[in-house]
Amino acid sequence: MLAPPQRTRRELLKLSPLLLLGSFAVPSWRETLLERGVAWSDRASGVVFRRDHLAASHPDADVVPMEQFPYNGYDVIEPEIDFASWTLTVTGAVARPGAYTLDQIRALPKQTHNTRHICVEGWDVIGRFGGARLSDFLSIASAEPGARFLTFRCADDYYESLDMETAMHPQSLLCYDMYDRPLDRGHGAPLRLNLPTKLGYKQAKYLMTMEVTHVLPARRSYWGDQGYSWYGGI
Amino acid sequence: MAASDVTTHRVARPVYEHPWAVRFCHWANAVSVTVLAMSGLQIFAAFPAFGPKIPQQNLIDEIPEAIALGGWLGGALQWHFTFMWLFAGIGLLYVTSQILSGHWRTLVFMPRDLPGLWPMARHYFLFGPKPAATGQYNPLQKQAYTTVMLFGTLSLLTGLVMYKPVQLSALGWFFGGYHGARLIHFLSMCGLLAFIPGHLIMVLLHGWDNFSSMVTGWKRYPEYASGDKS
Repeated sequence: MLAPPQRTRRELLKLSPLLLLGSFAVPSWRETLLERGVAWSDRASGVVFRRDHLAASHPDADVVPMEQFPYNGYDVIEPEIDFASWTLTVTGAVARPGAYTLDQIRALPKQTHNTRHICVEGWDVIGRFGGARLSDFLSIASAEPGARFLTFRCADDYYESLDMETAMHPQSLLCYDMYDRPLDRGHGAPLRLNLPTKLGYKQAKYLMTMEVTHVLPARRSYWGDQGYSWYGGI
Repeated sequence: MAASDVTTHRVARPVYEHPWAVRFCHWANAVSVTVLAMSGLQIFAAFPAFGPKIPQQNLIDEIPEAIALGGWLGGALQWHFTFMWLFAGIGLLYVTSQILSGHWRTLVFMPRDLPGLWPMARHYFLFGPKPAATGQYNPLQKQAYTTVMLFGTLSLLTGLVMYKPVQLSALGWFFGGYHGARLIHFLSMCGLLAFIPGHLIMVLLHGWDNFSSMVTGWKRYPEYASGDKS
């Protein structure tokens, strides 16, 4: 007795959902599908993010020496910045917009931590970072409670945006110190982001402006707009 | 006994060997593992080392384009972050169906399968006598299928640790942190891939009937007693 042909045919048809995978082979669909996949992953990443869960703090002995902390300039290592007149310009959904000086940011409580800096490429280094909590800064600028995103523009043409949940994380810093010394130019002087819950490309250097918004701007991330995950959370 | 059975020298009745869930998972997994391995290799090319960043000691200079997917790191990550869901979904569907059907008992390698391992290996590799079939899978098969599932599970868990080393730091601890997870992720991929050549050779040796049972579910000439499965 053999399996009746109609029965094997029916069994074959039951596998037809597999043909959906073929849509990835269609060049015009592929990009959309993969973007959806990354967007879905980003949404899941936001769900597993816990604002009260800290990235590990490492003992001083585990910190790599300053000279071994890679400079990962993507374009110009040292953009032109007039340090004497530098301010962080804050716009958008804040009660106190305007130009904030480095002294104003330094006047906020300082936090220093040894955290792991992970690059999207797969390497990582433990570094020592110091600065003001982004959440403290948002409270002196009086960000609107419902605001959801921060967008930073940099002295080079780099730009990056951040979800408010991550911005309010207690380890998210407006970083002006590395290794207990003022940021050097290669690491983003005078001010950069240090976000131990994000990949390196989210931690923009040479900050010039910060815009607080309720929706994501069209240009939302230098690397994210080229195909990396926008969320970039770890 | 029907006359046709005499000519084929086989008396067993056809059995419905692989239910839909197994066949669906098998083929979807074949696609997802291929995509994940190829895009994973492209991702690895961005930092082809397991040690520190400085000094960086690359294990390879260049990834052959033919076995990589995505074109660049960002493209490869898109494939990886999309197909990881398929891989995880298949794993969940497969394990659930194996547990609900009780079929895992014929598949999972148990200590009692240990004595049968050597005679089967001797038959396969040293032309020894063929041990009598006792179930749907022989001890060597059980060992292979069980190991490959362990590698799949490991690659999923270590992938999660690499994806969320901060949020899943507790899980990361089991695998030696971010670095350990990265190495185990790579090795479990090697383990998964090592399964494939042997698997394909056995499929070729066992012929069309064996292959088509993974497509339609039906095996016409099972070597083992069909029991109540037919």
